[in-house]
Amino acid sequence: MRKKLLSIISKIIPAFVIIFLLIVWQIVSEYEVIPKYMLPSPIDVIIAFRKDLSLLMDHAVITLQEAFIGLFFGVFLGIVIAVLMDACDFLYKAIYPLIVITQTIPTIAIAPLLVLWLGYEMMPKIVLIIITTFFPVAVGMFDGLKSADTDEIKMMGVMGASKLMIYRYIKIPESMSHFFAGLRVSVAYAVVGAVISEWLGGYKGLGVYMTRVKKSYDFDKMFAVIFLISALSLLLMGAVNIIQKISMPWEKVADKNKSE
Amino acid sequence: MKLLETKNITKQLDNRNIIQDVNLYLNKGEIISLLGVSGVGKTTLFNIIAGILKPDRGEVLLNGDIINGKSGNVSYMLQKDMLLAHLSVLDNVALPLFVRGISHKEARKRAKELLPFFGLDGFEKKYPAQLSGGMRQRAAFLRTYLFSDEVALLDEPFSALDAITKQDMHKWYIQIMKQIKLSTIFITHDIDEAILLSDRIYIMAGKPGTLVKEIIIDHQQIEREDFNLTVEFLYYKKEILQLLGTN
Repeated sequence: MRKKLLSIISKIIPAFVIIFLLIVWQIVSEYEVIPKYMLPSPIDVIIAFRKDLSLLMDHAVITLQEAFIGLFFGVFLGIVIAVLMDACDFLYKAIYPLIVITQTIPTIAIAPLLVLWLGYEMMPKIVLIIITTFFPVAVGMFDGLKSADTDEIKMMGVMGASKLMIYRYIKIPESMSHFFAGLRVSVAYAVVGAVISEWLGGYKGLGVYMTRVKKSYDFDKMFAVIFLISALSLLLMGAVNIIQKISMPWEKVADKNKSE
Repeated sequence: MKLLETKNITKQLDNRNIIQDVNLYLNKGEIISLLGVSGVGKTTLFNIIAGILKPDRGEVLLNGDIINGKSGNVSYMLQKDMLLAHLSVLDNVALPLFVRGISHKEARKRAKELLPFFGLDGFEKKYPAQLSGGMRQRAAFLRTYLFSDEVALLDEPFSALDAITKQDMHKWYIQIMKQIKLSTIFITHDIDEAILLSDRIYIMAGKPGTLVKEIIIDHQQIEREDFNLTVEFLYYKKEILQLLGTN
């Protein structure tokens, strides 16, 4: 009983902190501690959000489209790289340093290049998202594949299983929680990556909207779009959690047994 | 008839002789035990019979055919049950059939028919984490049986269980062996277990490990429920203890 209460409290605390900060912000803005044109109050932001709602949704659809397409290919590429590196030690040695280097390149630096090469449409955005999202999946999945139980693999060997079967029955299922940990990061990267690439050229999308409102110094709209982007990322991460729970039903059973 | 036979099996690992000139045989429907202290090379011998290690010298014969270094012929069960956490109990036991390329539907059907026999009726959709220790071991045993109903190698299958569960498992095991007649080689360092369950016991000792003695357990006695409380049982135990001690 006491345990239950504690767990409820621990869930409520973050919500209270956020509400408290919003109240502080409202007061700071209301009493013009910081000039209102520079820091709009939360209520101003909500008003701006409601006023521009349909426009924001139009832009959000484009951004999400880019994020999903990029994420799809990025995740696919990440899985392929992880499996290749796991299956072949030579490929691991050859590819791993390269993929680490790709992550040291600042996104914002190559985005304009991609725009020059691939134009103002969706292509450069998708490519940028692929570059940023494949990495967490590749590394997470690779760790997962490597951490598969060696005794279980040996058992499959005794049964005369092929390499493919070992992947199917042991390695892939046992790397799934690592994969999802990577995917959660990738999902957040995908939305941010889409916005960043839109800043640097494009006709539609939340990033484009951001650059426009910035130019007209609409701080309230600026905050509205920032919150929208955060909310979208959180929603997508939540969706990943739900997909993980559905696709790994045995985890739920194991957790239940531990707590009993 | 000799179902499985090893001839002069010798194996070195890391330039150390692990086992030397091991000759044993297993008749159809027989249960034999390999008894010896830890590190004497029992598991190495099992790996060779299972085909995941190649002997330096000697042959493993199954029905007269050499199966050196060929896995997939005899089944192998370890102390760890190694049930896969992400598969249902039914899929876990049907796994060797999946590996053999039998369709999932057919494999599940065949596995399901045997579940009641192994005390797992109604548990096919559960995950291994939801089973008790004894049930997990029975599921692992069923998986071993579905892998090969010809020869099974059991490497200390009951040693991770608590004393009471272990006793229950012994009783259950004796019962089920009467029905399925699976030819079995046991590894154990539990003398009581070896006498209770086997038709014959090979004592393995020395460095490198060799078979120093073969003890035949009188089959009439084994039927008795309280065999392990009889004088005969203690004679066997005394003989084995002396053999292990002198080597």
